[in-house]
Amino acid sequence: MKKQDKAKKGLGFWENAVLGTLALAVVGGLIVLPLGVVLKEAFAGGVRLWLASVRDPDALSAIRLTLMVTAVAVPLNTVFGVAAAWALTKFKFRGRSLLMSLVDLPFAVSPVIAGLIFILVFGRHGWLGTWLSEHDLRVVFAVPGVLLATLFVTFPFVARELIPLMSEQGSEEEQAALSLGASGWQMFWRVTMPNIKWGLLYGVILCNARAMGEFGAVSVVSGHVRGETNTLPLHVEVLYNEYQFTAAFACASILAGLAIVTLVLKTVVELKSGRESA
Amino acid sequence: MKKTAKEKRVLPGFGLSLGYTILYLSLLVLVPLSALVLRSGELGGAGFVEVVTHPRVLASFKVTFRSAAVAAVANVFFGVTVAWFLVRGRFPLKRLVDALVDLPFALPTAVSGIALTALFAHNGALGAALARVGVKVAFTELGIVVAMVFIGLPFVIRSVQPALADLSRELEEAAASLGASRWQTLWRVVMPMLAPSVLSGFTLAFSRALGEYGSVVFIAGNMPMRTEIASLLIITKLEQFDYAGATVIAVSLLSLSLLSLLAINGFQAWTAKRFGQ
Repeated sequence: MKKQDKAKKGLGFWENAVLGTLALAVVGGLIVLPLGVVLKEAFAGGVRLWLASVRDPDALSAIRLTLMVTAVAVPLNTVFGVAAAWALTKFKFRGRSLLMSLVDLPFAVSPVIAGLIFILVFGRHGWLGTWLSEHDLRVVFAVPGVLLATLFVTFPFVARELIPLMSEQGSEEEQAALSLGASGWQMFWRVTMPNIKWGLLYGVILCNARAMGEFGAVSVVSGHVRGETNTLPLHVEVLYNEYQFTAAFACASILAGLAIVTLVLKTVVELKSGRESA
Repeated sequence: MKKTAKEKRVLPGFGLSLGYTILYLSLLVLVPLSALVLRSGELGGAGFVEVVTHPRVLASFKVTFRSAAVAAVANVFFGVTVAWFLVRGRFPLKRLVDALVDLPFALPTAVSGIALTALFAHNGALGAALARVGVKVAFTELGIVVAMVFIGLPFVIRSVQPALADLSRELEEAAASLGASRWQTLWRVVMPMLAPSVLSGFTLAFSRALGEYGSVVFIAGNMPMRTEIASLLIITKLEQFDYAGATVIAVSLLSLSLLSLLAINGFQAWTAKRFGQ
């Protein structure tokens, strides 16, 4: 029914041709070509050189750090997102809308500033700087700083997917489960979770992509120590600035591959959950 | 009313989830951000003014805001075109094009940065063609604009797309049956109805461009006074251990972008009231 409606909205032949050419030129020139360039440059020296660049010890350690930081950041922000969405959508309390905008706040802060704030707290001249150096602890220019910056920039992703979904769903089903004798956790796992699973997965996919790819914020706090605090995007930058273009694009092609996987998963989730493009 | 409030409280986990939300939010977001605000006061009023009125700092703000504005305007044209095609056009691989639109969100900014630089450099696929007609993109302000267009494009498309899909075809048919031409219908009927979503896409693209770093620094050339964006200047100050200077620039950038967002939102509210939308 709806499909027929949409078909009726179609354009005339020439309008379609002109508009289509313009739209494809924009998407082709701005999106497909850059992606193509990454692949072309990555394999410019052949597959063997690509493998050598990717298997370089510094590259491997960058991949390990990226995976480790993502493996910590995504679950933490997922738990937070579910908790925040639960508190904000199932209950009414004073300050609720203020809290809702505060959850979105990290999206309004640019990446470089997101890195800077952690230097102001944990850096040598930061609020906790003296205390940290007395106890021989390092946060910025070390792995914990990279983790904090990643947590900050990926903070709202899961919450922001779940809040509109859960407020639309209301809480009748949960109340029914409770009145039928379910415990709090039973209600959560058997009623709430199945209802929100697609939205949750969608948020996790976006959160994961950003966590693996974050550059600006991480760049400020990492200190660029090769083999120690370089994530994969930072490693790409280091190689590029050293004019090792093929190696830089080889590592970039891994990240581009991840981006494509992200888009595919996202499209699958959109189709499965029957939502229109978000 | 009272009853529903009571019923809502029947669900468990209010204290736990709210407490955890506030604690996590404070530790990770509110306390670090307050450091930015509090420490920007360290230099005092005169010191603050001295930093932000330094010619290099003023130049970086000018480049950043000008490029972001130009890119956002360009994105309105590109974005509406692509959104229109995705909603109403016919093309066998439309679903694929639709999915690809989100690539700038999914691609790490450093990767976009080096890819755009390679593409628009004087020996790159597009750069070489443009160089022949005398247009230089990489390492100029135009390069900054191109990167900002790339990063902002999905915002406009994704704001306009649902609005366009919801647009009732009947209104257009009514306009046509009353004798309006295609262009009159487009400008008098369709565009005013799309305006709010276009403006919100513009705002999102503009604010993202203001703070963008990764995709811009590679293609910008980073010449002080000419192609140095504000975010890069913050990093430069940090590398010189000028934390106070970096903080002042960061606070100014953040407040300027919040102010321009408020201004755009105010304009949107004003037009909505005036034209009764």
